[in-house]
Amino acid sequence: MSEFVHSVTLDKSICHGCTRCVKRCPTEAIRVHDGVAHILTERCIDCGECIRQCPHHAKKANYDSPELLKNYDLTIALPAPALYGQFNNLEDTDLVLNALKAYGFDRVFEVSAAAELVSDATRHLMKAAADEMKPFISSACPAVVRLIRVRFPNLIDRVLPLIAPAELAARLARQKAVEETGIAPERIGVFFISPCPAKVTAVKMPIGSARSEIDGVLAIKDLYPKLCSLMKTAGDEPLSHAGRIGVSWASSGGESSGLVSVDNYLAADGIENVIRVLEDLEDEKLHDLAFVELNACAGGCVGGVLTVENPYIARAKLAKLRRYMPVSENHLPGSIPPQMLWDTDLEYLPVLELGSTRRERFERYAQLEELRALLPDLDCGACGAPTCAALAEDIVRGYNTLDNCPFLMRKRMQELQSATDETTPEENP
Amino acid sequence: MNEDIKLSYTVPGDDFTRAGEASAHCKATLKKLGVDPAAIRRVAIALYEGEINLAIHAGGGNIDVTIGDDVCTMHLYDKGPGIPDIPLAMSEGYSTAPDEIRSLGFGAGMGLPNMKKYADTFEISSVVGEGTDIVMTVNI
Repeated sequence: MSEFVHSVTLDKSICHGCTRCVKRCPTEAIRVHDGVAHILTERCIDCGECIRQCPHHAKKANYDSPELLKNYDLTIALPAPALYGQFNNLEDTDLVLNALKAYGFDRVFEVSAAAELVSDATRHLMKAAADEMKPFISSACPAVVRLIRVRFPNLIDRVLPLIAPAELAARLARQKAVEETGIAPERIGVFFISPCPAKVTAVKMPIGSARSEIDGVLAIKDLYPKLCSLMKTAGDEPLSHAGRIGVSWASSGGESSGLVSVDNYLAADGIENVIRVLEDLEDEKLHDLAFVELNACAGGCVGGVLTVENPYIARAKLAKLRRYMPVSENHLPGSIPPQMLWDTDLEYLPVLELGSTRRERFERYAQLEELRALLPDLDCGACGAPTCAALAEDIVRGYNTLDNCPFLMRKRMQELQSATDETTPEENP
Repeated sequence: MNEDIKLSYTVPGDDFTRAGEASAHCKATLKKLGVDPAAIRRVAIALYEGEINLAIHAGGGNIDVTIGDDVCTMHLYDKGPGIPDIPLAMSEGYSTAPDEIRSLGFGAGMGLPNMKKYADTFEISSVVGEGTDIVMTVNI
């Protein structure tokens, strides 16, 4: 059943082989063949769009089971700021944090607290950087970072080399737990309560660091019903240690507003909009920008496929919740600690190139043009590729054949038919 | 020795929102061909500036791109009003763009200078009343 190595699993028994996901995939990473969808793993950026689009719910997000908690002597929950936007009339984040403890976690460490440190580090980096280094592009959304890595080589240098808030939270939480309890680090289980499956891939195949400190990724939607009931009876221990800036990270524009003194920023959300901004940035069509925040999901993290609430309602709830919070509860002592910086460079993965040598690529391009002239340019998707151009590319790469184009097939059938019609009378007088 | 790849575009003079299509397509093609990203960037920027010029000043025009083994040649030509004083038009900040164009964020007087800056070679000829012809190349 596990067909996809990314954060998406396909249930073959449910997949109808329709092409809805194929057509909506922003990196053209899905093909249907033999009646079921397949992901071209090198192209997939884990944006979750196919999960959202599948009308049959054949695509399931890949995340961990709370059963994993049993494997550790001490467990820590890292709630994403988006979690707070899921509940009605939430006045205090402590209610959610206490409910997480009641659920079974020994400790909680808010991702929003780590986010405030990332905001602080971003301010440091921006202050120190020359104008020509700008704009910086946020590295918080793993789908966006993966997209840049395969499609926008010229923007790689602009990506903030800071680890994402969830990852920083995991490092800080484990460190603190080891210091306070003396329990061996490997006996401590650190679980991210996530709005999106891209974080699962970010944990299993991290970008920017060799290894992730997160031991498991749990879905907000799985925990939500349990937390709702636990909130009624949970304790009132003061656990929250994040302010307005950290909680703001849950929705689009929040990370940018956390930079406080930077007003020439751009915040785009929804993968199609993100791609447009990246194209324009690459062509230097956007001027005088210092910071670019991009979120693959519409609305930001509150729009992740593992959330429950409508992203725009969640955003409104968060705005209300933030009203009486302090601005920020977490600050860096001075300079940026090395553990917040990437230890691995982001490298361009040229998956869109047509071949491995320049000669092969030029030859294949010529073939591509010939094929495109043959294809009907209707982009119907019936061959299993999203467009006629994509089918032509698949053919020159050797993954598909022209026989799968129903229009060409029909044309051939008609030709055969008329050839038969012409010969028939003579053969059967 | 590979066969040259030729791309042709028509830039409409009346629709601003379509300026940029040629450079976007050319950029995607160069990525497929595995051209060095830094060179792709220079082609895309120079070509986009050229497209904008065709749309704003020339009432539209044509672009022919030839991608060879180690050079990308861009030929932009139009039947627009022509440029009376080329050295003046080539100086940074000089612009004849009308106010409504400037209010859209264009017309800063950087079009031609930027094309020259990003290209490896740049040749321009123009006849008032007949049109403008630009050939620029980027080594790839």
